Amino acid sequence: MITVSQDAFRAGLLDARVPVPEGLKDNEGRSAGRRYAVYRNNVAVSLREALETGFPAVASLLGKENFAMVAGHFLRQSPPASPLMMHYGEGFPAFLEAAEPLAHIPYLGDIARLELAQRASYHAADCPAFDPAVFQDLSDETLMAGYLVLAPATKLVKSRWPMLSIYRYATQPGAAKPGAAPENVLITRPEFDPVLHPLDAAAAGFVQACLSGANFGAALEAAGPDFDLPNTLSLLLSSGAIAQLKL
Amino acid sequence: MSKTLKTAALVGAVAASFTAHGTAATAMEKEKCFGVSLAGQNDCAAGPGTTCAGSSTVDYQGNAWTLVDAGTCGDIELPDGRMGSLEALERDLPKS
Amino acid sequence: MFDQTQSLPPLPGVGYKPQHYSDILENTAPVGWLEVHAENYMGDGGRPLAQLRALSEQFPISVHGVGLSIGGEGRLDPDHLERLKQLVGWLDPASFSEHLAWSTHDSHFLNDLLPLPYTDQTLARVCEHIDEVQTALGRRMLLENPSSYLAFAESTWAETDFLTEVTRRTGCGLLLDVNNVFVSATNLGYSPQAYIDAFPLDAVGELHLGGHDEDEDDHGMPLLIDSHGREVADPVWGLLDLVLERSGPKPLLIEWDTDVPDWSVLRDEARRAEAALARVHA
Repeated sequence: MITVSQDAFRAGLLDARVPVPEGLKDNEGRSAGRRYAVYRNNVAVSLREALETGFPAVASLLGKENFAMVAGHFLRQSPPASPLMMHYGEGFPAFLEAAEPLAHIPYLGDIARLELAQRASYHAADCPAFDPAVFQDLSDETLMAGYLVLAPATKLVKSRWPMLSIYRYATQPGAAKPGAAPENVLITRPEFDPVLHPLDAAAAGFVQACLSGANFGAALEAAGPDFDLPNTLSLLLSSGAIAQLKL
Repeated sequence: MSKTLKTAALVGAVAASFTAHGTAATAMEKEKCFGVSLAGQNDCAAGPGTTCAGSSTVDYQGNAWTLVDAGTCGDIELPDGRMGSLEALERDLPKS
Repeated sequence: MFDQTQSLPPLPGVGYKPQHYSDILENTAPVGWLEVHAENYMGDGGRPLAQLRALSEQFPISVHGVGLSIGGEGRLDPDHLERLKQLVGWLDPASFSEHLAWSTHDSHFLNDLLPLPYTDQTLARVCEHIDEVQTALGRRMLLENPSSYLAFAESTWAETDFLTEVTRRTGCGLLLDVNNVFVSATNLGYSPQAYIDAFPLDAVGELHLGGHDEDEDDHGMPLLIDSHGREVADPVWGLLDLVLERSGPKPLLIEWDTDVPDWSVLRDEARRAEAALARVHA
């Protein structure tokens, strides 16, 4: 009796050049043929569609056909490593950057990173409301030694490209054409929907330092002389980006 | 020294203009943002049957791809005037 | 607050889609319960969990897993089982169900319900996995019959016998997907009525109904695809009547996963399900 191991069943799923395993039949004992193709299509198309919904800006930038082909390569190389489809595509930015045929669109990886970060923000843990009164009546010493802990849904994506403008141009009808200046993006989740904010280099340095566990004083250092503290703090407070000030 | 001396007062002043905010219960009622929320949902539906890309014998193993139609990236000019521009994409298209 | 420790009521339910959130809260009838896919509620927070929490206060919830790979040759993914335990732990849903299928191989998740042969060996493995799940969750689970597109030459058990034996060995219940019965019977050339005759209806805790697409195999024979992208087909409603006559009223789910329509269309399907249930009462 010909048996079909899951190894054998799996081998042909993402490679249509592999013959349909013997031992898979129709009800008259003939080779399964197109019946096996149903599974091939389910796997490939469902993963491609997951990438299409997960990376709408990359899809728009590449165009539908190009994206389908690029996704076809990616999903065969990197099928999901977990049953949680909400996280699928973690390796997509690096894949786009390494793909030679896409070398003339060097910002694609950062756009994919921005889309992944929004998804991560969307599914991140909830955070109790932060009370700004904690900032009142602190000594400089206390503040500088304290840690500004950002909410789990707060994400930072840095780029040397005008990433936010490109993202908007790709996803929003009528958005202005991207300029030339690099853009960093702060993602916050005031309620349930991630919101994108442009950040200058100094503010991005401050946020990055906070995210990597620096204290307030060290984060100010990292931000450098051009840092606009009042504006950045206002943005963080108004967008629910802060979890707590650990003193 | 004098710079950091002012910081705590400055921070206090900024913070004073904000009050604690909570997450409104009504906020979850609308899905404002389908693109994000629906990304990669799991379901148990079967796909498109027997005829489509999954069973085509396109060579997905190799590294030689050809880009076909142009997406919105074709409109974008970057600082160096070449990368990601329409011109660059046209140059990479196969000669018909 | 709805008491989730109750089992699912013998009423129409629908597969929950986030775009229907407001509609569902405004206009419930005749929907008596909701089903969610477990994996979509395994994130850390945000809207999906907030919505599920709110819905669970108003409706009995059925958690339907699609990623546990119970039919897999390898071990169950301990991380995934732990995530499931967490979800079932805080939600304490009215029901938990999974599929007689596999989807993970060599730590790759293939995002499809893949088929397994029915042999003594696969029977033992499936039972082992179900034992592990029921032990981890501390509750009885339901196992769903698959949609089949092909057969394994090596199979030695009929699907109905295989499922009967699984319930006998593990004490699990079954989820009978009536559309899957129709799809499999058409694809593999047997009588759907005979399948229902042989099915252990006493073990059934829930029924599923969904739409299918029509295709053809290499020999021009009909090949039905379990697409969940349209209304339930008329012959499937007919088969449902036969099931209900024998099983009595059961929780009855309308599934619609692709090309998801407006809430009103789903509600119309739920009304049809309600009418089918009412015919049994009469």
